[in-house]
Amino acid sequence: MNRLVLHLLQVLVAVVLIAIWHFASTIKIPAGLVSAKAFYPLDPFFFSTPLAVFERTWRDFATGVIWYHLGITLLETVLAFLIGAVGGVLVGFWFARQQRVAAVFDPYVKMANALPRVVLAPIFALWLGLGIWSKVALGVTLVFFIVFFNVYQGVKEVSPTVLANARMLGMSERQLLRHVYWPSALSWMFSSLHTAVGFALVGAVVGEYLGSAAGLGYRIHQAEGVFDVTGVFSGMLVLAVFVIIIDTFVSAIENRLMVWRPTAASNQR
Amino acid sequence: MAGSMSHSGASAGDASPCAVQLAGVQIVFPARAKGETAFIAVEGADLEVADGEFVAIVGPTGCGKSTLLNATAGLLIPGAGTVSIFGAPLGGLNRQAGYLFQAEALFPWKTAVENVAIGLDVAGIPAGEARERALAWLKRVGLAAFADRYPHMLSGGQRKRVGLAQVLIRDPKILLMDEPFGPLDAQTRQIMGNLLLDLWNADRKAVLFVTHDLEEAIALADRVVIMGAGPASRIIGQWRIDLPRPRDIAEVRLDPVFHALHREIWSALKEEVVKGYLQSEGVTA
Ligand SMILES: Nc1ncnc2c1ncn2[C@@H]1O[C@H](COP(=O)(O)OP(=O)(O)OP(=O)(O)O)[C@@H](O)[C@H]1O
Ligand SMILES: [Mg+2]
Repeated sequence: MNRLVLHLLQVLVAVVLIAIWHFASTIKIPAGLVSAKAFYPLDPFFFSTPLAVFERTWRDFATGVIWYHLGITLLETVLAFLIGAVGGVLVGFWFARQQRVAAVFDPYVKMANALPRVVLAPIFALWLGLGIWSKVALGVTLVFFIVFFNVYQGVKEVSPTVLANARMLGMSERQLLRHVYWPSALSWMFSSLHTAVGFALVGAVVGEYLGSAAGLGYRIHQAEGVFDVTGVFSGMLVLAVFVIIIDTFVSAIENRLMVWRPTAASNQR
Repeated sequence: MAGSMSHSGASAGDASPCAVQLAGVQIVFPARAKGETAFIAVEGADLEVADGEFVAIVGPTGCGKSTLLNATAGLLIPGAGTVSIFGAPLGGLNRQAGYLFQAEALFPWKTAVENVAIGLDVAGIPAGEARERALAWLKRVGLAAFADRYPHMLSGGQRKRVGLAQVLIRDPKILLMDEPFGPLDAQTRQIMGNLLLDLWNADRKAVLFVTHDLEEAIALADRVVIMGAGPASRIIGQWRIDLPRPRDIAEVRLDPVFHALHREIWSALKEEVVKGYLQSEGVTA
């Protein structure tokens, strides 16, 4: 498929959906046609209207109130990702190289990972207060495990032949770490990067939603509190665009660092 | 021994020790689960490779050729017997050997030139010099134009050539090669064979070359060693190849001496190949 056509089709999907939403929430179905009373297929009280949502979003940006909240959420996401990723890489490496440690901790890692993170949010709020750090902590618990499992896998799944070759070429333990284990672990980590960044954001927004005084999650929660559906949709719109921008950014970094990896898409359409 | 022969003069001399000497080497893979028995891959292998000698090992699939090379490289510890390198018993990795593996062994995250240079890098040679020498080696194996490609962007034969340069740049005294031309087509095999002979002629290393192709073995080697079918496979015969050097892989095949040798060795090998095949099919021969 041609790139231009692809983008056109993608835009078309949005246009169609928004058009349906627009007409269903602004044009009344006359009385007697379906039911006795005239009604909107999508009641604007519950569904708002696209124009109202865009207008609200525009106003938030024009007056500048949204920037502060966006900044807070971005800061929490970045911190959660960095702390979680660094921790995951270090522990993943350590466990993969020390099989005994990994065996001892195995059941606890599984237990901790199986825990639904939402239940931790109030505890983090209790421990770390209602500022950014309780949200960062929630994001870290999500990011850490994704990165940890991938790095662990990456170090353990180095091809035995490549490893034997490296040793025959005279590499010391430290050089093996740098030239073999690290690149392999990195490639696995990058394969989970989109998920990890997404989860960092989820942690931040869910944390804000459950209790805070700033951030996109807080804005959405506030709007819900007063049945301001337009405000909720406006918050979701900003969040969605935010995610797309971050994801594009991650893809760019990935393409820079992972040039050596065969990509299925590189020479086929 | 079935088809014995007079041994090469160089290795018989006590003055200089053999590059590689295997004496009574047995290699056992331990049982993985209870109830399984340990698997004896190679039994009582005696083999000597003189310095500067080109020895080819031929045998049916699964007979333990790779296993024997791994033991020579120090990657596997024999259950019995000794491996000596230039007269000294091998403990740990064989630092004098370069090993071209049967499976893909290039670093996928490094370009061709980085793959070749890595052996020098880890030895502490400055990056600029290492790269320059790596480029020279890539040129020697005919890949100068592919220096900045990653392994997945190279063909199978090109990857093998990068692997050859990667091993040879460190100038090992012993070269271990495990079916280096295995997956290649007949024409490419000939080109690679001639390339290998040219490189080897310029600087004669001891070579232990594993192949399943008897013709290739005779065309390349000073001596052909035949292994029997596994398990507990043994070396069942050795033949000296007295064809003049320098050789051309394609031309040497037309030599009547080549045909005589081929017929003789093949008659010994055929039986083992059939045996090995039946065993791997689960039929007790
Ligand atoms: N790690 C292992 N554990 C158990 N058995 C093994 C292991 N590695 C190899 N073997 C067995 O040892 C025997 C010899 O294997 P090897 O790889 O040396 O064969 P080969 O002669 O190189 O065969 P090919 O020509 O197909 O490469 C085979 O029967 C194989 O199944
Ligand atoms: Mg093999």
